Amino acid sequence: MTVGLLVTCINDALFPDTGRAVVTLLRRLGVDVDFPAAQTCCGQPMVNTGYLDEAVPLLRNHLEAFAGYEAVVVPSGSCAGSVRHQHRLVAQRCGDPGLVRAVEQAPPAYELTEYLVDVLGVVDVGAYFPHRVTYHPTCHSLRMLRVGDRPRRLLEAVRGLRLVELPAADECCGFGGTFAVKNADTSVAMGSDKARHVRETQAEVLVAGDNSCLMHIGGILSRERSGVRVMHLAEVLASTEAVIDEPAQPTAGSAAASAEASRTDGPPRAPRPAGAIR
Amino acid sequence: MNARDAILARVRTALRDVPRDETPADVEVPRPPAPVLPDRVELFAERVADYKATVVRCTPAELPERLAEALHGVARLLVPTDLPAELHPAGPELVEDTPLPVTALDAVDGVLTTARLGIAETGTIVLDHGPGQGRRAATLVPDLHVCVVRTDQVVTGVPDAVAALDPHRPQTWISGPSATSDIELDRVEGVHGPRTLRVLLVG
Amino acid sequence: MSELASESSTRRSARSAEVAPRAAAGGATFLGTPAFPIAAKAALADAQLRRNLAHATGTIRGKRAAVVAEVANWEELRLAGAALKDRTLRHLDTYLTQLETALTKAGATVHWARDAAEANRIVVDIARGHGTDEVVKVKSMATVEIGLNEALADAGITAWETDLAELIVQLGHDLPSHILVPAIHRNRSEVREIFLREMGRAGRPAPPDLTDNPADLAAAAREHLREKFLRAKVAVSGANFAVAETGTLAVVESEGNGRMCLTLPEVLISVVGIEKLVPTWADLDVFLQLLPRSSTGERMNPYTSMWSGVTPGDGPQEVHVVLLDNGRTDVLADEVGRQALRCIRCSACLNVCPVYERTGGHSYGSVYPGPIGAILTPMLRGVGHDEQVDSLPYASSLCGACFEVCPVRIDIPEVLVHLRSQVVDAHRGRPSLQGAAMKAASWMFGTSARTAAAEKLSGLGSRVLDRTVRRRAPGGRRALGSLPWPVSAWSDARDTPVPPPESFRAWWSRTDGGRR
Repeated sequence: MTVGLLVTCINDALFPDTGRAVVTLLRRLGVDVDFPAAQTCCGQPMVNTGYLDEAVPLLRNHLEAFAGYEAVVVPSGSCAGSVRHQHRLVAQRCGDPGLVRAVEQAPPAYELTEYLVDVLGVVDVGAYFPHRVTYHPTCHSLRMLRVGDRPRRLLEAVRGLRLVELPAADECCGFGGTFAVKNADTSVAMGSDKARHVRETQAEVLVAGDNSCLMHIGGILSRERSGVRVMHLAEVLASTEAVIDEPAQPTAGSAAASAEASRTDGPPRAPRPAGAIR
Repeated sequence: MNARDAILARVRTALRDVPRDETPADVEVPRPPAPVLPDRVELFAERVADYKATVVRCTPAELPERLAEALHGVARLLVPTDLPAELHPAGPELVEDTPLPVTALDAVDGVLTTARLGIAETGTIVLDHGPGQGRRAATLVPDLHVCVVRTDQVVTGVPDAVAALDPHRPQTWISGPSATSDIELDRVEGVHGPRTLRVLLVG
Repeated sequence: MSELASESSTRRSARSAEVAPRAAAGGATFLGTPAFPIAAKAALADAQLRRNLAHATGTIRGKRAAVVAEVANWEELRLAGAALKDRTLRHLDTYLTQLETALTKAGATVHWARDAAEANRIVVDIARGHGTDEVVKVKSMATVEIGLNEALADAGITAWETDLAELIVQLGHDLPSHILVPAIHRNRSEVREIFLREMGRAGRPAPPDLTDNPADLAAAAREHLREKFLRAKVAVSGANFAVAETGTLAVVESEGNGRMCLTLPEVLISVVGIEKLVPTWADLDVFLQLLPRSSTGERMNPYTSMWSGVTPGDGPQEVHVVLLDNGRTDVLADEVGRQALRCIRCSACLNVCPVYERTGGHSYGSVYPGPIGAILTPMLRGVGHDEQVDSLPYASSLCGACFEVCPVRIDIPEVLVHLRSQVVDAHRGRPSLQGAAMKAASWMFGTSARTAAAEKLSGLGSRVLDRTVRRRAPGGRRALGSLPWPVSAWSDARDTPVPPPESFRAWWSRTDGGRR
């Protein structure tokens, strides 16, 4: 049996390292993981902005792409939430009973930490990440999916990792999809408060399970020249050696690392980017 | 169409999705189990005191003395006309509410009443303005309210109180002295109702 | 229903206005408030407001959490509260007629009001019939919604607000900004200023040596209002609950101003939204447990008054109940949005909302601010007519904190998304940047071939950027700084990662999923 990776449109286009990290991690844990190439986007951006009709073709495409897989694994709380909670609404609204049935019969979708802890029963994934880290629980993973302490347990089991408590952790970072541009001032006010709490922890890395939120908080942290980097949880869990050797050394997520990964021949140069396939 | 019929017609139109044969009882309501709490008299005393009211426990024999202490400094005391005689305190001038005009209620130093019941979980005294409890204005206008509650009147939680009360009687549920948190959510006791509440818990 | 012209100016609120602001005819929204993003921008710039709100909401969040944690069966209570309200709403016609019968039997007069104007006319006529030029008022959202005070003023009748926060708002010629604590945007020194300046014009002046200590401010309000309570002939209230079975109305309060109004005057008029019903007396126990803890963060509020019509020899001997629709049946007609009528006005959703905490209540331009207002107002007013109303369902990051604390389990995020689709549908056919972007995205994501082609373009772009961009985010990835419109909404305060030269999809197919 094979699980399908729903990499999500934002990870596909902007954060491919996260997708590679999931593949590395799941294979290391003995999971047969496949990437159904027909997938595009779960439709959440349209649904959350009110364009339900526009989400229908995406829903059909998603259901076709993932038909027949044992399970769907998603490195994003909000996209997993969208698949679990919104797809039915979209199908019901378009009034196609076949589509409603297809949603009901679709394989179960798991956010990455749910899949690791609940399905695989693993907490220690054999990762090594010798850094001071703080974790932001994204709203949809926290309140829509109720992943609870699973991410924290996974992080606490990582060798070398020091997890520091994020103040007001459960408060929204202000990304909110199109909210980030429709209500940019409020979104940035929320994000700035989140960034301030991150800086208070003196962590080197802010970790979360959603790259969309991290793009927002990280964008503010970067604009503030805070020196705090953001990383997807999957990339931390996939790490088996240090990824931050020297500040000047480009690492995972950097264009250089991606460029390196895109070369077709020869082994990658050290330091190996987090999530590199070996 | 008059307003009544128009609104009822709108309601019925709005509820077109509700099956015609559905009855209210078909909408299931889960009933939460009643709270299980420790010694309810002890808890009642504790929780009333949490609201910055004074609570004094005493036996029936000690009551006259405790009453006198609770009414210390009160010259004119408002009492319901049917306050049990054994509760009439020595000392203050007793002013019977026959009923008096509101301005007269505003001119006494305090009021003494019994209660219908007490709720332990929330530290609440319930008046249904029956015998010994006075009409609603009597326990509102004076600045001091001294209330005698018997231990056998204390129930555990809100559900027990609701079950015991008669909805056709007016009710005043009192949890501590009047208060407000309207300025910076900083709680202040004592606004328009009695600024001091003294509860005598007898039993 | 009046059309509001949306202003492009960023007036913070009507607080600076010479005259007291008014609710729009038809109610629920305040005239002259710009669309939410514009109003929010102005509020965000108000440092004092931000401090007042953060302090106040932080305090009440902590109190609520503590008293809710005490209740072992809290989640069961929430389920019961939601189910009871659903039962009521699904059979509202039955319960309304039941309530009418019970009230009439108990000696009350029942009136029905289709809209704000009709409700105001009923109240004005009763007050006029008693030849009074003033009424005392218990805090009531429904009466603010219908603009009752203004209607009374137009008839030459002064309405005295007696709740401390409503008094602060009224004396300050201001608008409420919170359901429970209407003056939450004011701090103690502002309140002191208002009392010193305004009390003398409305009655007994504040003592000249008034401090800004909340206890002293409350004492000044006690002195100021006492004469009004003792002389008033007519009182106006709302109700937290109306029991269909018995005709019992309940008012939940803290200060005793409610008891004063409900007890001392000869005539009592209660304006009750038709969603306030509960089926039976026994059902009240659930709500009397849910409301105080959710609302003020207390085990029980200081005073709850309940009365069923007229009690001979005790309290008002003439009792009127005005049952108000004013858009509620429109909300009821929306099968998804209907759950908003479960609302018991506790304000827990406001106190946990990260948007409300930063923008304050005035930004919502409505008597119902915060998350519940963002769904209730558009449904009461209807979408597609007004830019300000249509902006409300978008005034949320969909973080879900509101649903978590709602004592009657209103899934506010679900309703927000539902209303967004209604706004979009109402605007279909009108060109917009957002609509074009969503259509383009829908087309691009319609097939993986189109998605891959778009990613290839972005990869080409990224190779160019790789050579030209020098800025780097922490961790080393190249990043873009400020960018031109329309991307500026994102990039004015946030760096943007440069797209990678190769998408995940392209990597997977080139390397056979990393196996090559």
